[in-house]
Amino acid sequence: MRRLPTWLLLAAASSYAFLYLPLIIVVAYSFNDSRLNAEWVGFTLDWYRVLLHDEEMLLAARNSLLIALVSSGAATLLGTLAGLGMHRWRPAWLPLLVITPVAMPEILLGVSLLVFFIQVLHLTLGFLSVVLAHITFSIGFVAIVVRARLAGMDESIFEAARDLGATPWQTFRLVTFPLILPAVVAGFLMAFTLSLDDFVITFFTAGVGVSTLPLQIYSMIKIAVTPEVNAVSTLLMLLTLVLVIAASRMDKGFMRGAG
Amino acid sequence: MPLLEIRRVTRRFGDFTAVDDVSFAVEPGEFFTLLGPSGCGKTTLLRMIAGFDLPDAGQILLDGRDLADTPAERRPVHTVFQNFALFPHLSVARNVAFPLRMAGLGEGEVKRRTADALDMVHLGELAEHYPHEISGGQKQRVALARGLVNRPRLLLLDEPLGALDLKLREEMQLELIKLQREVGITFVFVTHAQNEALALSHRIAVMNAGRVEQLDEPSRIYGFPVNRFVADFIGNCNLLEAEVRAVEADGLRLSVAGLGEVRAPAAEGCQTGERGLLALRPEQVQVAAEADPAWANRFPGQVRDFLYVGDVTTYQVRLDNGYTLQALLPNAAPGRARFHETGDRVMVGWSAQAGHYVREA
Ligand SMILES: Nc1ncnc2c1ncn2[C@@H]1O[C@H](COP(=O)(O)OP(=O)(O)OP(=O)(O)O)[C@@H](O)[C@H]1O
Ligand SMILES: [Mg+2]
Repeated sequence: MRRLPTWLLLAAASSYAFLYLPLIIVVAYSFNDSRLNAEWVGFTLDWYRVLLHDEEMLLAARNSLLIALVSSGAATLLGTLAGLGMHRWRPAWLPLLVITPVAMPEILLGVSLLVFFIQVLHLTLGFLSVVLAHITFSIGFVAIVVRARLAGMDESIFEAARDLGATPWQTFRLVTFPLILPAVVAGFLMAFTLSLDDFVITFFTAGVGVSTLPLQIYSMIKIAVTPEVNAVSTLLMLLTLVLVIAASRMDKGFMRGAG
Repeated sequence: MPLLEIRRVTRRFGDFTAVDDVSFAVEPGEFFTLLGPSGCGKTTLLRMIAGFDLPDAGQILLDGRDLADTPAERRPVHTVFQNFALFPHLSVARNVAFPLRMAGLGEGEVKRRTADALDMVHLGELAEHYPHEISGGQKQRVALARGLVNRPRLLLLDEPLGALDLKLREEMQLELIKLQREVGITFVFVTHAQNEALALSHRIAVMNAGRVEQLDEPSRIYGFPVNRFVADFIGNCNLLEAEVRAVEADGLRLSVAGLGEVRAPAAEGCQTGERGLLALRPEQVQVAAEADPAWANRFPGQVRDFLYVGDVTTYQVRLDNGYTLQALLPNAAPGRARFHETGDRVMVGWSAQAGHYVREA
């Protein structure tokens, strides 16, 4: 293998440093035995202990997980159907319709959902409105992965299934679904992560009724970036990392299986 | 009663007619081949028989019953796809068992018949492997076993050997013939390789631009092509423009521009004065330093080129009238690579029984 030129290595290293250094600092300070994010005093797990006894924080965490679970579940179901539909009938308008929310500026989506929920649906903002909003922006992601998976597959295996006596439903159950399952799971994990980490849209659609981890963190740092914020951020980061790695593992898994 | 009957089937895609008023019948136990160049409508026809597509006009009958309202999964017809179309998430054994499970057979029966089918194609050891773990030839065998295991009335094979290399293809050709004879299931086989069609089939339908040009046994397709397309498409052929001078009891007297009179075997329906083609296979043409008295037709020429391929050598001989004829001479004498050199003056000839007069409409 050819060696990369030094300048390229330096450029890459500084880019990664720029990306990851802030994160590393947050993680480091979450273990710092000091009220201030100033200098390193010593190692402690106290901030995590504080977290565990912060009722508001625990409630926000519970909300976040519940919202993520419900919204990503629903988005996975709908997104999978959309992906299948886009592949099967290739309507020109559907991809546009499904993908637009993905590309739309979050603030726009947030504001319009807010208006829609209040003025059109007369919904009280809270758990339900956040879940609906999260479903809206997650469907596209799931649909895209599922469709990509289908596009990479040999069409004739579905015909082969029919040919060998499977009804359309059996073909779906025994061939199509097992084959897209890795993409469905990857899509679910992605939707879960997006929901868990979302701030802007949640901010607009949560009202006063419900708080999530990102909202909770935001309300805390309005006062000061406390070590407790560092601790909860670290945990959120860890969870996100695990989900992202799991999703990409699913991806690789199906690449090998399809070979 | 024929097993499969295609009655005046037409399929159009927009303005384009992919299958154009095709009719033929396939007898039970037959190895029937659809042969034609790329794009002539073979796959389109096969897909309509399998039930993936419907004709715009005409009927497809199986055992005398119209299949129009029978969906693919209820037709006793299975397909072996060119790219095998094995289920990537199922093991070899589960792939083969698939049609049995769909038919609702009991687990014991499924096991037994799957094992039998795998033995039939010599793949018993690979039962638990996955499709991505086996070779192209092995995939081909799995696809065959899967297509045959449930004993369909008809097996459709769409260029099943196209993805294999030459050596493997020849092996699989022999195996296919053996397999078809053993199981006694009717095969409709699609290929664009004429040698494969000649080697495997009981009968061949030669297709061109959505139509069947000729339907006959391989030796008749090769020996008695009905038109220029078939003569040209099947094997190598010298085609000489000719006019019929006289129809006599022992054959035809043709006039070929620049060559003069040529004698040819009698042809059905041929009339004095009409124009047509003399189709002359390279192996019917002799080349020698001096003319053989047995040659009814003999012309001087010069060797332009030759191609030595081991068992035979193909010579390109330019006749004095400007025609170039191909002649195929066996290299039977040991150590003998060729008889003539480029530039040699030679005599070219063939008997009055060689060649075949093709009427041109
Ligand atoms: N779904 C379709 N839509 C439009 N045109 C089609 C469709 N299917 C086939 N055709 C056209 O019909 C013609 C015949 O196609 P077909 O696949 O039957 O050819 P083939 O004889 O199997 O060729 P090959 O040897 O290359 O497989 C081609 O010109 C093809 O472009
Ligand atoms: Mg084809």
